[in-house]
Amino acid sequence: MKLNDTPDEIRPAVTDVGLTIAGKTYASRLLVGTGKYRDFDETRAAVDASGTDIVTVTIRRVNIGQHAHEPNLLDAVPPDRFTILPNTGGCFNAKDAVYTLQLARELLDGHPLCKLEVLGDEKTLFPNMPETLKAAEALVKDGFEVMVYCSDDPIQARILEDIGCVAVMPLASLIGSGMGILNPWNLSLIIEQARVPVIVDAGVGTASDAAIAMELGCDGVLMNTAIAHAREPVRMARAMRLAVQAGREAFLAGRMPRRFAASPSSPMAGRIA
Amino acid sequence: MVSVKIELNGAAHMLRAGRSLHDLIASLDLLGKRVAVAVNREVIPSPRWAGRVLQPDDRVEVVVAIGGG
Repeated sequence: MKLNDTPDEIRPAVTDVGLTIAGKTYASRLLVGTGKYRDFDETRAAVDASGTDIVTVTIRRVNIGQHAHEPNLLDAVPPDRFTILPNTGGCFNAKDAVYTLQLARELLDGHPLCKLEVLGDEKTLFPNMPETLKAAEALVKDGFEVMVYCSDDPIQARILEDIGCVAVMPLASLIGSGMGILNPWNLSLIIEQARVPVIVDAGVGTASDAAIAMELGCDGVLMNTAIAHAREPVRMARAMRLAVQAGREAFLAGRMPRRFAASPSSPMAGRIA
Repeated sequence: MVSVKIELNGAAHMLRAGRSLHDLIASLDLLGKRVAVAVNREVIPSPRWAGRVLQPDDRVEVVVAIGGG
């Protein structure tokens, strides 16, 4: 037998079927943003290298008089190849967020999946939870499938689930900060109780952060700056794909228990001398 | 020639009286592009652009998808 031939009986018993959101299953557990890239070519190359199925985009006013012949993001990342997740980045109240997503739904031929984020202030970009809850309620009532950026508070996450959100997406640290997973214990509390996918949205800085999120049992990770602001974004996109896969496999495999004692890997019996 | 003043993406914009939303989008060279349009914060699907005659002080929003996270 060659070294790389794995006999069937020792292949992992649990095959990961993918990430199911609102009844649809996606092979990749990595979701990526499209901001902060040099140009659309780089955006597309990074999106491809990440292996993602779900790509988030922002809705903005057309630059009147300038935009007509500019390339369009949705030509670089076409909706027939990727699930486009419109977000409400830059909205600071429920009213603007709902309006933005109504426009997005029209732009994307009526598809209901969206990412709600209602920001609290420009310094922290922390979610404004009262406005987030208000917007979530209105959007769910209006037929949207709402994936929601939220604080890492298990009570807020539960309320959002009860409202009918299809995924809860707590921050791991501040948006764009790259500070990594700062409160794994809160994330664990949310994961433990959740009946919808839990996706870390914001804070991942490098591949190990993504792996840690997945090892905690998160269903997916959404990131933008960690890829776009890497020295080599396309290479980092690939690293993130591998990290999310590795973290998920490690979660399914079940890590060894931690113990504050050494345990030799070689048997003590039969030593020479 | 009578003209009306509307608000287009937050800025004043003049057009001839009786023009429809379809006329406006055509004049901006945006027909057939991936844009969404609202008037006075009500989303107007493209099949209804031609029937929506713009009135003075209408607030028109024309949006597009851009990069973001």
